[in-house]
Amino acid sequence: MGDVSVMGAIEERMRGSLLQGMSGDASAYHAFLKELAAHLRGFFRRRLTWLPDEVEDLVQETLLAVHNQRHTYEAEQPLTPWVHAIARYKLVDLLRRRADRDALHDPLDDDLEVFATSDVEAADARRDVLKLLAQLPERQRLPIQYMKLDGLSVIEAARAAGMSESAVKVGVHRGLKALAAMIGGRT
Amino acid sequence: MKTDDLVTMLATTAEPVAPGATTRRYALALGWGTLGAMLLMVVLLGPRPDLAEAVRLPMFWLKLGFPICLAIAALVAATRLSRPGVPLGRVPAALLAPIIVIWLMAAYVLLGATPDRRLALLLGQTWAVCPSLIAMLSLPVFAGTLWAMRGLAPTRPILAGSAAGLLAGAVATAVYALHCPEMEAPFLATWYLLGMLMPTAAGALLGPRLLRW
Repeated sequence: MGDVSVMGAIEERMRGSLLQGMSGDASAYHAFLKELAAHLRGFFRRRLTWLPDEVEDLVQETLLAVHNQRHTYEAEQPLTPWVHAIARYKLVDLLRRRADRDALHDPLDDDLEVFATSDVEAADARRDVLKLLAQLPERQRLPIQYMKLDGLSVIEAARAAGMSESAVKVGVHRGLKALAAMIGGRT
Repeated sequence: MKTDDLVTMLATTAEPVAPGATTRRYALALGWGTLGAMLLMVVLLGPRPDLAEAVRLPMFWLKLGFPICLAIAALVAATRLSRPGVPLGRVPAALLAPIIVIWLMAAYVLLGATPDRRLALLLGQTWAVCPSLIAMLSLPVFAGTLWAMRGLAPTRPILAGSAAGLLAGAVATAVYALHCPEMEAPFLATWYLLGMLMPTAAGALLGPRLLRW
């Protein structure tokens, strides 16, 4: 591991099969992806020791990314940094998605810590949601803001937003779905 | 789906890939974008009436050369940032060089002028509109470059977005120079640069949102 000549030989072999694959040799491309999957598995397993269940999903996500972005690989460029940059990008993306999700879910799930909450923490959490909320269109944002955060009823919220009651209900429903999608990194 | 099955599926459905995707996308983006900026300039602003005489002055070519040097460096930055694992190398130095040159020239002009002339040299006649007009002219190349990047794979979206914005701003400034009557280095060193930095900052903000893959 880390042996320069071994790494050099792997680089040469994989680079060769990728280039053959990109010019239409399916079996060379198959060999490339198979070897790449094994390297990615090792790479992610060392870095995600606390999330072993995520490793294989991330391997597949990264394989797909390598495949979809193979037009950005050019023959004169070394392969290792190209693959490494893609793997790292996908790893960071996963960690960021999880951090966003945990930040919004943990305070709700941990019932036993209800007494640990202070004013400052509540303000912090609320600000996070507001940041996401601010990205929604007004007809979804205003009803949620008035009802969930300011505690107004449907009728009051409708009056405050200048919308019909049914528009307020639809707005809340669609807005919360859109928020969930944002939290899951799907938009 | 098992990873082996995924690998087989990808390998059996893979089409051959033509080399040079990055070059092709940037050629389209810059070609159409520059054309768009020229059209906007001609229709909305118009070239300066004394353009035929101005081209005989060295300062006119410096005014054009400053943004063109920055555009070339920004283009190299953008194409490198569009592909995973390509280092920037000496690009930051190439970006700084034209700025340092124009700042040195501006300092030379300002120090050689009488104190009561300095503010006029800095502000010219058009300082209030110059940066925002450059930002407006940058939109076609900006859109084109972001399109090019979205079809490639930038792994550093803030830097990539900034490079897209700077490239757009620099091309827009070169186009704007055909309209703009100002000919003093202190003006160019300040307001041209500010005009280019506006789309650069916008790119830094938009990059993480628009360049995810």
